[in-house]
Amino acid sequence: MKAKNFLQQFNIFKQCKKYGLPLWECPQFLFVIMGIVIIITAISTYLIGTRYLDNPETVALITLGLAMVLFIISFIINKSLEMLAEASRMKSEFVRIVSHQLRAPLTNLKWSIEMMISEGLENVREKQLLDFIRTLKENSNRMEELVNNLLIVSRMEKDGIHEKKENTDLEKIVNQFVSESKAFADSSNIQLKLDCQKNLPTVFIDPSKIKLVIENFIDNAIRYTKKRGIVEIKLRKYKNNICFEVKDEGVGIPKEDQKYIFQKFFRARNVLKYQTHGSGLGLFIAKSVIDKMGGKIGFESKEEKGSTFWFKIPIR
Amino acid sequence: MKTILFIEDEATLQKTFGKTLEEEGFKVIPALDGDIGLKLANPPAGGKKPDLILLDLILPRRNGFEVLKEIKGDEETKDIPIIVLTNLETMDNVDRAIELGATTYLVKANYSLREVITKVKQVLGE
Repeated sequence: MKAKNFLQQFNIFKQCKKYGLPLWECPQFLFVIMGIVIIITAISTYLIGTRYLDNPETVALITLGLAMVLFIISFIINKSLEMLAEASRMKSEFVRIVSHQLRAPLTNLKWSIEMMISEGLENVREKQLLDFIRTLKENSNRMEELVNNLLIVSRMEKDGIHEKKENTDLEKIVNQFVSESKAFADSSNIQLKLDCQKNLPTVFIDPSKIKLVIENFIDNAIRYTKKRGIVEIKLRKYKNNICFEVKDEGVGIPKEDQKYIFQKFFRARNVLKYQTHGSGLGLFIAKSVIDKMGGKIGFESKEEKGSTFWFKIPIR
Repeated sequence: MKTILFIEDEATLQKTFGKTLEEEGFKVIPALDGDIGLKLANPPAGGKKPDLILLDLILPRRNGFEVLKEIKGDEETKDIPIIVLTNLETMDNVDRAIELGATTYLVKANYSLREVITKVKQVLGE
């Protein structure tokens, strides 16, 4: 058994399968290739060196060429190790997010129920009962949102994004979502300003997927604007694209965090100071959706000044 | 009456746990973020300092570790016992909190309301 386990360590294909990496991105496989190249390099250098002893320039050139090959292979190995390190970071982040963001509403529910039971249900007044039901609703919604986002990401990574494309009226979707967000914006003292160009052409995309992106942009703009402010939402046709943009006067994204903003589970440091809830999955999902639609997504942001998030999708 | 400063950003927990503590005879001072918590831990001259602090770690404005460090680093407040009440369970967080001077570290999801009350009373020597 021990001998079998020992031999399995040399089964490169099995090792690579374990990490879920293609062969050309698997460090074990690349190490073997590098070993072979090193041996070939050493032998050929020896052979070439002895044959062309009178022409050292040729030997130097060939050695240089082989060194280049080795350099490229080590670069690829380094990249694949980075990918493994990134996967490990994601796993830790996943555990952290799930342990905190899922446990927080669970604790709220658990302790609320315990309090109701200890007080005796027959003694509970109507207002207390309403508060209790509101707590149940809010916290179950929080858990549902996180689990849904995790499921979307998991499905996206496993099977890719499946689109049910149809002619989609973006103006209608944006209008609908803005009116649905009004209550949330009002309660946060934020004014939503909508500027939709009239008679926009429809786009052939999956409406349920684009709703995720629009919802994420508007929701973030409201959530990360502190005190009061204006959130401007624009929908326009520009050349052969439909462009959507959400501008806020919120906390903005620090410059050093901007390059990570579309990464899975990433949340900017300053954002954690204002809003402790959040999974860091919304913008990752948004980027994946827009990429799949053949569009482009981006943002401009200044810390303490605000952000403008935009996407454009081609009209086909 | 003993006073407990409860630094926690979850409004639901402030309500449920705060109420339970009051029913047990404690005076509860709520703080919804780290900055407010720090101010209330060391009120201006004449103000009464809390007898105990219940501290969450993930907090807006200033996280729990920063609050803990400030309170334990200040001569005026360093003797106030602090119970860390959080949902972060990793050992490095536990070690860091204890190292910074927390009296004990409780993972919310692993305790019932009653058990946390018992711990609070233990720490207060009741």
